[in-house]
Amino acid sequence: MINFVQNRRLFFTIAAVLILLSVAALITSAVMYGELLRVSIDFKGGSLFVLKFEESVSEADIREAFAEQGYTGAIIQRLGAASENTWQVRASFATADDVQAVLDALDTNVGKVDRARSNVDTVEPTVGAEVARNAAIAVLIASLVVLAFISFSFRHVPNPFRYGVASIVAMSVNVVVTLGFYALMGILQGWEADALFLTALLTVIGFSVQDVIVVFDRIRENIPRHKGEPFELIVNRSVMETVHRSLATQLNAMFVMIAILLFGGATIKPFIAVMLVGMISETFTSLCVAVPLLVVWEERSSGGMSTAQAAV
Amino acid sequence: MSTRTITSFVLILLLALVALYVVIPSDYPDWVIDLLAWQPESSRNLDFQLGLDLQGGLQVLMVSAMPAGQEIPVGGLETARQIVESRVNALGLTEPVVQIQGSERIIVEIPGIQNPEQAVDTIRDTALLEFAEPPLGYSLETLFPGAVVRTDYGDDVEATGAITNTPVFKTIMTGADLKQAGPQRNEQTGEYLVGFELQPQASDRFAEYTRNHINQPLCILLDKAIVSCPTISSEIPDGQGQISGGFTLEQARQLAIQLQYGALPVPLEIESYKAIGPTLGQISVENSIRAGVIGLVIVFLFMLVYYRLNGLAADLALALYVLLNLMLYKLLPVTMTLPGIAGFLLSAGMAVDANILVFERMKEELRRGRSLGSASEAGFSRAWTSVRDSNIATLLTCAILFFFGNAFAASLVKGFALTLALGTFVNIFTAIAVTRTFVRVLFGLFGEQAVDRPWLLGV
Repeated sequence: MINFVQNRRLFFTIAAVLILLSVAALITSAVMYGELLRVSIDFKGGSLFVLKFEESVSEADIREAFAEQGYTGAIIQRLGAASENTWQVRASFATADDVQAVLDALDTNVGKVDRARSNVDTVEPTVGAEVARNAAIAVLIASLVVLAFISFSFRHVPNPFRYGVASIVAMSVNVVVTLGFYALMGILQGWEADALFLTALLTVIGFSVQDVIVVFDRIRENIPRHKGEPFELIVNRSVMETVHRSLATQLNAMFVMIAILLFGGATIKPFIAVMLVGMISETFTSLCVAVPLLVVWEERSSGGMSTAQAAV
Repeated sequence: MSTRTITSFVLILLLALVALYVVIPSDYPDWVIDLLAWQPESSRNLDFQLGLDLQGGLQVLMVSAMPAGQEIPVGGLETARQIVESRVNALGLTEPVVQIQGSERIIVEIPGIQNPEQAVDTIRDTALLEFAEPPLGYSLETLFPGAVVRTDYGDDVEATGAITNTPVFKTIMTGADLKQAGPQRNEQTGEYLVGFELQPQASDRFAEYTRNHINQPLCILLDKAIVSCPTISSEIPDGQGQISGGFTLEQARQLAIQLQYGALPVPLEIESYKAIGPTLGQISVENSIRAGVIGLVIVFLFMLVYYRLNGLAADLALALYVLLNLMLYKLLPVTMTLPGIAGFLLSAGMAVDANILVFERMKEELRRGRSLGSASEAGFSRAWTSVRDSNIATLLTCAILFFFGNAFAASLVKGFALTLALGTFVNIFTAIAVTRTFVRVLFGLFGEQAVDRPWLLGV
């Protein structure tokens, strides 16, 4: 039997290291790109062309074609193997007419673009700013809703405030780790935070208290059953009773996510990866951060070994 | 086994058969399609609706570009939407979407379009404004607003829906001759008018024309459709005229805007433009189906290995869960996007959570020495609060995501939220009601063996 409460020093250290690594990744990203996370055109505007050419073309030719249309400083990358002839070009916002002009110029000067296998995405910067604002509001609302849900769930527990704070701390660690992971992938793989990333983040926030609630629910149930036992023991018992469910559920969700990650399309990979990391981190933070934190707090406040209080 | 259990079991089987019939593609008879009364008649069908990202297409987000200091006229955006919609429909593609987004945006989605650039031109095209003289002897009763007529100007503009054999109107001026227009008020009568000013080069021509045609009607046409046919009351010498017609302020304002900007009562600018190649989408569909099948097979195996007999019940319920969801996607219909498929797969992976909560509880009760039947019933009833709570949490998350997706053109986010939410509701049904029935039936059939062989329950 793993003692989640006794090993708390180890767990807190791991959590601290994870947070430090995440913050380091975010800062590195900020230093390298001027953004904590590399932000996609969804939030800041600009245009993104994924171009599949019917013949082999050179980067310089693409660059020239874009520059001729007034898009200097375009960022051009090859996607996939060389034989795919697929290129990704990032440039400033292009109007629909400009898009057409660019594609025509590519057709005549560089190589025929296969429209059926190409994507064009262009967003005006002001819309991007508005989307970013809406995103911030959504994250804020999500956190508030989770808070409200927690206070509702723990309304019958003695010292509900402590349960709430422990859950929120776990959730915050979770969010920081998820952000840090994405910053890292931004640095390593060029992943950009887009609307889908935000969807994943909101999902992680929404799900991040599920396990905590189940464990805390069991603690609440066990307190009157085992009157007189040290709080620590009751908590550990509750964790052991619920850990099977937590792990089994997480495993099933992970099976699906890993399958999508390995076999699904490339476009959805970052989206699934964020949720996967969020979910793993959630399991860890709920069992190894929220639970020990609650015990430490209860013990400190009652001085040394506390015994179970009668539940309402 | 009680009669109730058997009745539920039969009902569930029937439901599964219906779902199977809907999900497996076939030639559905007309009466089946006719049952889908909630779907719009024109597009009633039992096919999966694929989103833009899966079948390729064009998404254009347009924002009103009213001149500084001017408000969007009341109903103006809706009028603009209708005009854009009719133009998009004229492209002849299936199921285009033209919607108002917020208070100043219109979003256009045209799935499966081969030539997005041309479509953008069509959408943005400013319509042709004409001042045209009705042919002599033309009955004034037919000059009602909205009637489509023919003119002698611009043969390239297709007079769609025009009444054939109508006499041809004579075009006097086009929108190119107009400098500006705005609502005005006649101080004496209190009536609202539309004042307009012509380009200098058109002024003389118009002065001469009006001098010779006093008391005759002159029609204002947009894309060959009559907007109004005021009567020329006096010569318009300096290129500054007024149109009267018993307008309200709003009507006057709207007509002025139409005159100035062509057919769209609100000038629109493209803010975001996404063109997705159709082939890319196809590859995504194939990949995600393969990924989904692999993921779900692992979930099925896990449940079977870990929970044995109970796992079998859960697997059957999960199969029904998948069927029911797919059926709802076709019936409602839900537009499938890549994140939507991911949301569905994820919800399927988590659908067993409720079963797991119940089965873990059941095992605990068994270890405490309860009999098989009472342990199983206790498992279902005691786990209910946890199942309820975790599903509420999921639904709350979906609501936030949906709100966020709705706030701007993130239809992908909405797709994810929608499938996840729908999955949660179906899950409450399958994980509790259906699994419970299956467990009762299985225990009824194999319960005796299970008592002697605890491994059947994974205890």
